[in-house]
Amino acid sequence: MKILVCISKAPDTTSKIAFTDNNTAFDKNGVQFIINPYDEWYALVRGLELKEANGGSVTILNVGGADNDPTIRKALAIGADDAVRINMEPTDALGVAKQIADYAKENAFDMVLCGKETIDYNGSQVGGMVAAFLDQPFVSNASKLDMVGNTATIERDIQGGKEIIEVDTPFVLSAAKGMAEARIPNMRGIMAARTKPLQVVEPSAFENTSEVASYELPPAKGACKMVSADNPAELLELLRNEAKII
Amino acid sequence: MSILVYANTAINKVHKSAFEAVSYGAQIAEKSGDKVTAVVVGNADNLDSLGKYGADNVVHVTSDKLDDFQPNLIAEAMQKAAADNNSSIIIFSHDLSGKSIAPILAAKMNAGIVTGAVDLPQTDGDFIVKKAVFSGKAYAHVKINTATKIISLTPNALEKKEFNKSASIESKSYELADSRLKVKEQKIQSTDLPLTEAELVVSAGRGLKGPENWGMIEELAKALGAATACSRPVSDMDWRPHHEHVGQTGVAIRPNLYIAIGISGAIQHLAGVNQSKVIVAINTDPEAPFFKAADYGIVGDAFEVVPKLVEAAKAMNHD
Ligand SMILES: Cc1cc2nc3c(=O)[nH]c(=O)nc-3n(C[C@H](O)[C@H](O)[C@H](O)COP(=O)(O)OP(=O)(O)OC[C@H]3O[C@@H](n4cnc5c(N)ncnc54)[C@H](O)[C@@H]3O)c2cc1C
Repeated sequence: MKILVCISKAPDTTSKIAFTDNNTAFDKNGVQFIINPYDEWYALVRGLELKEANGGSVTILNVGGADNDPTIRKALAIGADDAVRINMEPTDALGVAKQIADYAKENAFDMVLCGKETIDYNGSQVGGMVAAFLDQPFVSNASKLDMVGNTATIERDIQGGKEIIEVDTPFVLSAAKGMAEARIPNMRGIMAARTKPLQVVEPSAFENTSEVASYELPPAKGACKMVSADNPAELLELLRNEAKII
Repeated sequence: MSILVYANTAINKVHKSAFEAVSYGAQIAEKSGDKVTAVVVGNADNLDSLGKYGADNVVHVTSDKLDDFQPNLIAEAMQKAAADNNSSIIIFSHDLSGKSIAPILAAKMNAGIVTGAVDLPQTDGDFIVKKAVFSGKAYAHVKINTATKIISLTPNALEKKEFNKSASIESKSYELADSRLKVKEQKIQSTDLPLTEAELVVSAGRGLKGPENWGMIEELAKALGAATACSRPVSDMDWRPHHEHVGQTGVAIRPNLYIAIGISGAIQHLAGVNQSKVIVAINTDPEAPFFKAADYGIVGDAFEVVPKLVEAAKAMNHD
């Protein structure tokens, strides 16, 4: 079973969000980067579990610059076999998806796994786009994935509930909570990751279909109005008559 | 030219988020003069209401291939409807169905897309859409460069406007590919509004001590007509179902009112709820970080405060 796991680099969840260059660029100063949690905790770990049970390989794919290599090495430390970095600063999801799909087309994978969204751009876009470029079924927001032969049984989140679906390989899946439990890399994994293959591929040509023109921080919150614990009814009064929301 | 809107249905009804998406399209059309076409897949007995929120016509796609949720096929149908209607702007709701379909369509049409819009696009000069990024800690203004533009709208982000048009309804059966994806079983949890679309949300955290204490949370939610949510440790410990987990690694919501009870207000929790219009924190600890993010606060024990709130809410309902 050949599995491709797409990972993105994201700022640590406790990062202070600030912008530079006249609010056109994210301020990376002092920011720690992690593997996007949905990609790591769910897509990657489930991919590894399937490989461990059925044999095969897990390849990591990242679209980004050389500064992403430590993040990619972390995914290798968790247990992936090899990695590919497409050497391009990502600007929009469609460009990223195009690169992933071009690589996947040449290297026939049984499945492409990615996280349901990144915690920086919050796009929920790449998986569906890759599926469309590969002309493969897209299963989004999957919370369980089991394989018997070439057939996957997948639980996915849908509006108002969940459903169980069946699909044969190849397919593209975006992973949500429930797929797997996060793994902490051990010393052996970290040592092994140093020598695992990380191939750098130059991007194919593409044109930006969208781009961030500027960023903005939300206005600062005003002071919190305190209500006495002895008279919670006053809270409802305020919500009705002052905030006018109930 | 036209604006095409995917109007999502559930349990034989056009969904609330679909009306928001149609109204969003109609508000763009007010400026551009375009026609607004709503596309509905599957059965719905309230198609008429689409006109109320601004649809000029409704394309009802009928195909037994679409009985199940098939994102690839719906994207194909949307592409055909876009060609039929000469659509330059295509709108989805940024809910679980829009998140599946819109990116497929963007790739098929090579169209620039912005997901999770929180405001109307700015259309003088460049076409720029505002969306929340960094899990609600900031906004980005994203410029779309292509002639065809796709936008998905965050549920409950904008007040829906009424247009009171009467929309004509036309059935279409598009020729669609065969799907390789088979639905085996559906587990619809409830017919209630999904958390992402709820206007009022009552949420509780580890401060509640155990799952047996959620009765008063559910009662408060019921008295207010609110949905329930929880913090991550609460769902991790299986005190509450996973779909109630809000935050950076759970569901992101922006209700009109978010009441946080016994939740400390960790940055990862706030990331999923800080777009709420009004936030209330109830916590025994006056130093709890949630009070910095809240509009209203009560320093007190949930086990004393919440039952009183339930009584007050019930009394208010009787007024
Ligand atoms: C990468 C990452 C991602 C994460 N993602 C999320 C996420 O998506 N969502 C999320 O929620 N968390 C997330 N977390 C966890 C987060 O950091 C916090 O640990 C979590 O939100 C704490 O949950 P809590 O507030 O319910 O519990 P606690 O932090 O234990 O807080 C309990 C609160 O209850 C109060 N309390 C106690 N007793 C009472 C009482 N009787 N009445 C009233 N108040 C009382 C206490 O004062 C305290 O403030 C994430 C963490 C990491 C590292």
